[in-house]
Amino acid sequence: MTPSPVVHLRGAVALSGGFPLLSGVDLDLDAASLNVITGANGAGKTSLLRLLAGLLTLSSGEASVCGVDVATGDLRQLRRRVGWLGHEGSFYADLTVRENLRFCARALERPLEDIDPVLERVGISSRADTITKNLSAGQRRRLGLAWLLLRRAELWLLDEPYASLDDQGRTFFDALLSEVIAAGATVVVSAHDPLRATTLRPRTITLAGGRVREVAP
Amino acid sequence: MIRVAWLVATKDLRIEARSRVLLWQVFPFGAMALLLTGLALGPAHAGHSSAGPGLFYLVMLFVALLMINRSQVIEATPGTRASIATLGLDPAGVFLGKALALCVELWVSGLILLAGTVLVLHTALHGAFLALPSVLVTLAALAAAGTLYGAITSGGEGAATLLPVLCLPAFAPLLIAGERAFSAALTHGGLWEWWVIVVVALVAYVGVGILLYGVLEES
Repeated sequence: MTPSPVVHLRGAVALSGGFPLLSGVDLDLDAASLNVITGANGAGKTSLLRLLAGLLTLSSGEASVCGVDVATGDLRQLRRRVGWLGHEGSFYADLTVRENLRFCARALERPLEDIDPVLERVGISSRADTITKNLSAGQRRRLGLAWLLLRRAELWLLDEPYASLDDQGRTFFDALLSEVIAAGATVVVSAHDPLRATTLRPRTITLAGGRVREVAP
Repeated sequence: MIRVAWLVATKDLRIEARSRVLLWQVFPFGAMALLLTGLALGPAHAGHSSAGPGLFYLVMLFVALLMINRSQVIEATPGTRASIATLGLDPAGVFLGKALALCVELWVSGLILLAGTVLVLHTALHGAFLALPSVLVTLAALAAAGTLYGAITSGGEGAATLLPVLCLPAFAPLLIAGERAFSAALTHGGLWEWWVIVVVALVAYVGVGILLYGVLEES
């Protein structure tokens, strides 16, 4: 039996003030896969990620994410199962790295003992007591990854994750994505251009005007 | 709900303690505003005027508006908002937590400004002490209402200027009732009906916030 897709969209439309952010998206994403969404500015990349995170209202069409119907299901339950890493700052700037992660762990009722291994894994354990606004952009990205690892999200939604990473950071990031995909998570990355040469073999979804124009392979 | 409320309240208070916006910006503003009201009355009238309670609540209104705005700004960064939204926190707990943190901040400000009212406007110390319970309940009601209206304006265009426009009609009965209860304490009068208004408003705003905060956040 074919497993049901983690993401299933048919004619998904999302509006903002009457303006179509997504204008009829058809898309299926399998479990344990890496998917890259590309397209020009305004193509609908971030809107699609927000819809998948349950942060954008579905105006018409069908949308099922992690088995939850986005139109009629419990969005709070869906949101607890996805991990979001935006291209803006995603954390409380005046809390330390550890305090931000402690807030996340307590909110999701995860053991606080998980924080130190996660910080170690993303390589910022030496900055655990640094106030987040004092981190470099690359270190904030790593904090974002720690946040996602701590959440044990089923669906990772990463908005322009390579934006502030140097080569070393990108290599680390790719290795980490390989690990989480091997562990069963589905990863959706938005990027302006297709990913550089990588061993991850992503599926590339090109958006234009709020619709899927091309899926490869 | 209580667990989430405690989590959010401690987070907000920790951020406030760390950023020191309250200490270095809001308190000095409140102290200056109180001093200016004293100067406006003039030295001949400051000790004899019955305007002390009204001026205290006028300054508290300015301080409360600043703090409500600050409370919402913490969550307003688009990335932070999305990141926190995906934690799927109980909205009723978030409302209670933010209202509780705001209430604690207003209480601290209120106590300082009450002392300032005694010093600058020469309000009777004994009367101010008697008024303290009504001041605390009024400020708690302002915190609940302010959290609710803060969520309505949060993230919208011109949020900082829209907030006072929306808040003033809601705050007016609370401020009047608080002022009457304070004045009654100074004159050793009863005026329990003003107390009742403030307590009923507190319960109503907390109830509405618990029920509607999720809807406001989503919209």
